[in-house]
Amino acid sequence: MRGYFKRKEHEVPELNTSSLPDLIFTVLFFFMIVTHMRDVDLKVKYQVPQGNEVEKVEHKSSVTYIYIGRSKTPDAKDGQTFYIQLNNKLATLDDIQTFIEKEKESMSEEDRARMTVSIKADKDVPMGIIADVKERLQQSFALKINYSATEK
Amino acid sequence: MFERRRKKVPGLNTTSTADISFMLLIFFLVTSSMDTDKGLPRQLPPPQQEQQKEVELKVKERNVMEIRIDADNQLTCNGEPTTPEALKERIADFVANTANDPTLPEKSIREVNYFGRCEVSDRHVLSIQVDRQTSYDAYFQMQDAIVGAYKQLRNQLALRKFGKPLSRCTRDEREAIGMVYPQRISEEAPTATEGDADQKGGKKS
Repeated sequence: MRGYFKRKEHEVPELNTSSLPDLIFTVLFFFMIVTHMRDVDLKVKYQVPQGNEVEKVEHKSSVTYIYIGRSKTPDAKDGQTFYIQLNNKLATLDDIQTFIEKEKESMSEEDRARMTVSIKADKDVPMGIIADVKERLQQSFALKINYSATEK
Repeated sequence: MFERRRKKVPGLNTTSTADISFMLLIFFLVTSSMDTDKGLPRQLPPPQQEQQKEVELKVKERNVMEIRIDADNQLTCNGEPTTPEALKERIADFVANTANDPTLPEKSIREVNYFGRCEVSDRHVLSIQVDRQTSYDAYFQMQDAIVGAYKQLRNQLALRKFGKPLSRCTRDEREAIGMVYPQRISEEAPTATEGDADQKGGKKS
């Protein structure tokens, strides 16, 4: 009888960590899907304006970016101050239409319907350039645009 | 005799898998851009056909508000110099025209969801004219003021009618409010002041 109540010496069982990798992999995959990698290296410097009424841009996969700003490498051989960047290279106004068409093609049906072009332009860019860009966008029927800005 | 001996497969040591995947996780956290793009969403009109260009819409003078920004970034509204903050108030008064002032835009009676027959401010036009030399910042501040003015009006209406701010209205309610205060903005091609305007406008290359 006495022996029955005697405390058994029991060891603390080791924590089973075999499922830990699976857990972390799940988190990893979640982040891989949710975030999108920054796939452009900027060749222009720009500082977007500040506004009061800015909204978040939804549906990242349907957003195309056009950067307009000063060149990072000062090579003022053609006297231009502001440059347009599409994807990874500096471009001219005439490249915009083909660029938009290509972007449209690579999008899914759903994204194409709500395609938005986000113009990330420097504060000091003259409106002439912006107006020209907008005209090209109109011609390629990319009518939803977004003036990128930060909150005041 | 040829019976295979039962060998025990040793268990793979997976204690470091967690560390490896942690490293991957941290790598993705660092490299991925979590920054959310913010901005002012706008809708462009479809491209104009040549024939349509000639058909100029005649708009009564009382319905038009002329907003200009000149090459020196001076904002003017109907010829008077103003600031974006003042412009916002002016646009709100102009579009709402609460007292039915004969110098402010006309309204028309329309059938709108939730509201029934009501006065709708769908005749007004904000005419925007900028110069090629106008800075983007000045233009943006003006656009911001315009959006702010409409938002203020719509929000007021939402509070009055539905008792909640616009952001909490359903899609149908928002559409109805958008019918009462539609955005009617006409943007003209920017004017060029000097000879170098074209070159700076990037047309050259």
